Amino acid sequence: MTAQSASSVKVIIDVMLKAEILDPQGQAIANALPRMGFSLSPISTRQGKRFELTFDHEPTDLEISEIKKAAETLLANPVIEIFEIRMER
Amino acid sequence: MRVGVVTFPGTLDDFDAARAVRFAGGESVSLWHGDEDLVKVDAVILPGGFSYGDYLRCGAIARFAPVMSSIIEGAKNGLPVLGICNGFQILCESHLLPGALTRNKGLHFYCKDQELEILNNTTLWTNDFKVGEKIVIPLKNGEGSFQCDDKTLDELEGEGRIIARYIGENPNGSRNAIAGISNAAGNVVGIMPHPEHAIDSLTGPSTDGLAFFTSILKKMVNA
Repeated sequence: MTAQSASSVKVIIDVMLKAEILDPQGQAIANALPRMGFSLSPISTRQGKRFELTFDHEPTDLEISEIKKAAETLLANPVIEIFEIRMER
Repeated sequence: MRVGVVTFPGTLDDFDAARAVRFAGGESVSLWHGDEDLVKVDAVILPGGFSYGDYLRCGAIARFAPVMSSIIEGAKNGLPVLGICNGFQILCESHLLPGALTRNKGLHFYCKDQELEILNNTTLWTNDFKVGEKIVIPLKNGEGSFQCDDKTLDELEGEGRIIARYIGENPNGSRNAIAGISNAAGNVVGIMPHPEHAIDSLTGPSTDGLAFFTSILKKMVNA
């Protein structure tokens, strides 16, 4: 995936279940780790979602505010999830 | 008495929901997800299935369908709305009901006949039950675990808005074994198990589900 132009900007939205919400998928992964022979013992394993919006320009303030709106209305459900927005250039 | 049954792409149980309405003595009206016009129906059912393939989150895309803008506006003005399974998920995503439905504890998709206790018979969709009545209707879902914050849970318990609870082992990890809830006004109800599959002994494990549909018909006829 090197086709992006040098000037592209990736806006990344990470969505995670809130800490207090049960995450059975994360638990299943945690249970699979030792079964597969990994000696890791994380105190918590959680699964989330990642969204990437790629722009061919530096997002404007208006676009950033729209991305925030989209994140809190569509990409994440604030009742059960939290999200973080960051940019990769 | 005309009850609209919405079909989204991926809806599965619209035919059974429409049949349940007819069994109860009402007229079922098909509503299409892309159509804002509710054609003056007296009540709406959001049936089960996998609307929009459950992409993003269950009910998350359906919530923004044109038909939902009319249903959300109507529900706020008293339009009776029943959401079953995926319909319950859509009602939560629409914020017509609090909380959210998340992946079942244990990750299994459950498909079984489930015993429930009815806890509230004052809503538009449960008034034909008796409080404490035990019923058996099918439960079939992968994401039926009702979750909400402590404050919301206290409100639901305190205001008697939990309409039904699972009996026996909690099948999906729902908080307080919640199977269904209502809004404060009692016109919007969401239930995870499927009453529309239990209206006729030929096709269901019982006829216990029929009372959801006779409830709304009696209420509307008497109103």
